[in-house]
Amino acid sequence: MSDPERPANESSDRLFRDDTKFALGRIAVFQYAAVAVFLFLIAGFWVLQIRDHEANSTLAERNRIKTVPLLAPRGKILDRDGRVIVDNQPAFVVQLTQENLKPEHLAPIAEGLHLDLDDLRATVKRYAAGKRYSPIPIKRDITPAELTFIDSHRDPGTFPELELVQEPRRLYPQSGLAAHVIGYVGEVSEQELNTSDFASYSQGDLVGKSGLERQYNEILKGVDGQRRVVVDVAGREHQVLESAEATPGQNLQLTIDLDLQAVAEIALEGKKGAVVALDPRDGSVLAMVSRPAFDPNLFAAHIKSADWKALTSNPDNPLLNRAIQAQFAPGSTFKPLVAMAGLESGAIDENYSVRCNGGGTFYGRYFKCWQKGGHGGVSMHAGIVHSCDVYFYTVGNKIGIDGIAEYAEQAGLGKKTGIDLPGEAEGLMPSSKWKLRTQREKWYAGETISVAIGQGYVTVTPIQLASAIGGMANGGVWFKPHLVKMAATADPRRENWNLDNIAKVVSGMYGVVNEGGTGTAAAIPGITVSGKTGSAQRVSNDLRKSGKLEKGELEDNGWFVAFAPRENPEIVIAVLLEGGEHGTLAAPTARDVIKAYFDKKTRLSKLTQQPSLAFIQRPGAPVGPAISSPVASIATSDVTSSSEDH
Amino acid sequence: MARYRSFRDLDWSLLIITLIICSLGILQIYSATHDTKWSDAWWKQALWVLVAIGIMWVASSIDYHTLLGQVPVLYVLSIVALLATFAFGKLVFGSRRWISIPGTGFNFQISEFVKLVIILLVARYLSELKREEVGFGDLLKLGVLVGIPTALVMAQPDLGTSLTYLPVLGVGILLAGIRWHYLAAIAVAGGLAVTVGYHFLQDYQKARLISFVDPSQDPRGRGYQVIQSKIAVGDGGMWGRGVTHGTQTQLRFLPVPHTDFIFSAFAEEHGFVVVVVVLGLYFLLLMQIVQNAQMAPDRAGMYICMGVATMLLFHVLINVGMVVGNMPVTGIPLPLMSYGGSNLFSIFIMLGLVNNVRLRRFSS
Repeated sequence: MSDPERPANESSDRLFRDDTKFALGRIAVFQYAAVAVFLFLIAGFWVLQIRDHEANSTLAERNRIKTVPLLAPRGKILDRDGRVIVDNQPAFVVQLTQENLKPEHLAPIAEGLHLDLDDLRATVKRYAAGKRYSPIPIKRDITPAELTFIDSHRDPGTFPELELVQEPRRLYPQSGLAAHVIGYVGEVSEQELNTSDFASYSQGDLVGKSGLERQYNEILKGVDGQRRVVVDVAGREHQVLESAEATPGQNLQLTIDLDLQAVAEIALEGKKGAVVALDPRDGSVLAMVSRPAFDPNLFAAHIKSADWKALTSNPDNPLLNRAIQAQFAPGSTFKPLVAMAGLESGAIDENYSVRCNGGGTFYGRYFKCWQKGGHGGVSMHAGIVHSCDVYFYTVGNKIGIDGIAEYAEQAGLGKKTGIDLPGEAEGLMPSSKWKLRTQREKWYAGETISVAIGQGYVTVTPIQLASAIGGMANGGVWFKPHLVKMAATADPRRENWNLDNIAKVVSGMYGVVNEGGTGTAAAIPGITVSGKTGSAQRVSNDLRKSGKLEKGELEDNGWFVAFAPRENPEIVIAVLLEGGEHGTLAAPTARDVIKAYFDKKTRLSKLTQQPSLAFIQRPGAPVGPAISSPVASIATSDVTSSSEDH
Repeated sequence: MARYRSFRDLDWSLLIITLIICSLGILQIYSATHDTKWSDAWWKQALWVLVAIGIMWVASSIDYHTLLGQVPVLYVLSIVALLATFAFGKLVFGSRRWISIPGTGFNFQISEFVKLVIILLVARYLSELKREEVGFGDLLKLGVLVGIPTALVMAQPDLGTSLTYLPVLGVGILLAGIRWHYLAAIAVAGGLAVTVGYHFLQDYQKARLISFVDPSQDPRGRGYQVIQSKIAVGDGGMWGRGVTHGTQTQLRFLPVPHTDFIFSAFAEEHGFVVVVVVLGLYFLLLMQIVQNAQMAPDRAGMYICMGVATMLLFHVLINVGMVVGNMPVTGIPLPLMSYGGSNLFSIFIMLGLVNNVRLRRFSS
């Protein structure tokens, strides 16, 4: 430690003086060094506190002030009586905020939330390319374990970019009730963002993707709010600085009657097809079913790719809304319109008769009647009742294709009905002009023969057929079909059809159901159900010949279109059964729905006749005194003013 | 030695500055912890300051020559105690630095008290030199003597504290006088030692060095502390956000705002002007110690005072430099302000030694 022979200071070493003078200069150097150190430190504070004060304050603000979005719940969807069809439930969405996102955090986050890392990276990349610093929603269906992971990792020291935000989630009816009508929501797509309709949206927002959710997205969506809160390092809120509440979306009241809808859903269960029930007096859709259906709840959070694949690769295409998108030949359901065309054009009168021997030759080709033995002498009434093909071959031939097309188009065939749903199909009503335009060929008179019985080029959608027949029965007045009450048009399309002619055709349709025709299965005692069956090839003859089709696709479709009562009808219904062979099989479905309609009406009128129960009246219920909506009153004044009770 | 001690002869300027700084520290400890589980820290610190004053009195009473005479004993005791921390030390944050005193609940950080031994050791060795410069043999001996405790503390591992020993030795040697070529040789050797030593550093120590160079490299570890500290300091601006109103401090974005980063919290709540004033107080304190060195009755007293001054200056430089992001995060507390008894006692004993020298300035 020290030299063993330590010298005694004064005695042995005279030269050595134990004073501090030698070091004074060096101590001064130390003092200057200390001054330098303090100046260096003060400079550090000057830089941070004076020069960069603003920037650091902003950073401190950003640390402590968090903007929490308050996502607006979408409006509820109600049936015509105000019963909730689509509601919301509270749920969460995990988001990444881009401002403090660190790429190296993605792997542990993906692991903690059980996400695919590559998918997550792709999502982040997609958002990073966006214009705004919008938060990136990465997961919507969160398990409790994942919730714990988020809670314990979203502090600034770990994953400051991790956010958990409350997001009202759509709650759709189970079992796909009215799934095609309602549609579903999903994250806005990039293509959508590039259109003007979605200008106010940013990536990750939920928007209606199909059905009413899409059609009325702007009404349903509401306005998001936000809260600015002071948080500590653990994300705990200490103070609310500012709060703008979310404005919920407006509720959407439909014309759909859940009672009828349920009956129609049950009737179609396990089948493939569609049902559309309209009120011809105002065009309101009472029921609309398409089967097979899907569960929109699969989409409510975020559809899993396996579910999506299953839906899109299903050959029966459950996402297709057959009520407005299936285009098939109408078959014999077209015959009432041909009869109307014959009467209105003057090609025939009601007494015009044809002899049916089970078929007839037109333009060198033999056309069979479905009844091999023939119908004998057939008047128009009998022609409709027994659906005699030979009668309509003859009549159609007399009218000519353009005559048929004129009246069928007046009834609304060959163009969209304009129902308030996206993706409606047009159907096709051929004419000589149409053929010249699209195929650059003249119309052969022989082609008219097939069209006259609803085959050949002519195709319709269930909604078109219901609307066309409903408007005819309504006296040649067609209201635009609509699902939402406020979408009703006060101004229907009117054609100057002779009411007597209409009555004659309707009488035939009444016979179909009530006089031993093909639709007797739809008869309801006490109610003058009138209808027409039809069976039609699913595909054109051309496709049929191509031989590329599966056996199932060669099966005929069954149609049934009906309305009741026969005068001033209140309900018209079109039923399509794909592969249903014949309309007789579709008739019971129509009967069930029509019966449900009148049963309910009777029930309600009994209730309202008792003054003590008057409060049970629901606004919009289809009962005389209970009608309160302007739409309904217009409809009644326009159409049913001459109503005599059936 | 004659007894010239009197109460009046104490360095009152030094004491008053010390107590002002301590008070500001207690205030800041209160502000940073008043609604946390550490909320009793401020009065504990106040209590320790009172105890420390007593210890300082004791440290100034025993003639420093007597203390220097006991250096071999103190040195051996230090080595034994440091070794004991490996065996009985409390493991905190992956490091064994503290020894519990059974039954009292107190934990002592041995390496803090080793600082005193280093100061006394260097002072004694250099004051006994016969030449007016340090020879090669002296460098070697001093290097080994200081190197052993340094290595032991480094191995705890506590890089920051171990590094505080070296400046005392360095400044001592410079004061004693050294040939330029020795200095150059030491610089080269030191450079080599750092390069080689880097490979033997613990990962966390490497991380500290890396995050010192670029804090954004490690934003949620060491870098996070520096980033938040700089934000806190900058947020204070010219006049500060007010006591208990610094958001970085109060919302705990700032880590350990009552210990290592207390000056960051202080800067946020009091602002640039007060920061400069307090740094000025530290500077005055330092100059007061240096003045005592200049007036020391002998070389041993001068070396002791300069050792204390060096120790203080180094602590302030590293800690405050760290707070503004100009120095690495090494876990060195700010003398007199940071919460913690061991450091407080150690500093007060050092100040006691300075007074000790002062009281005996007319002795020879």
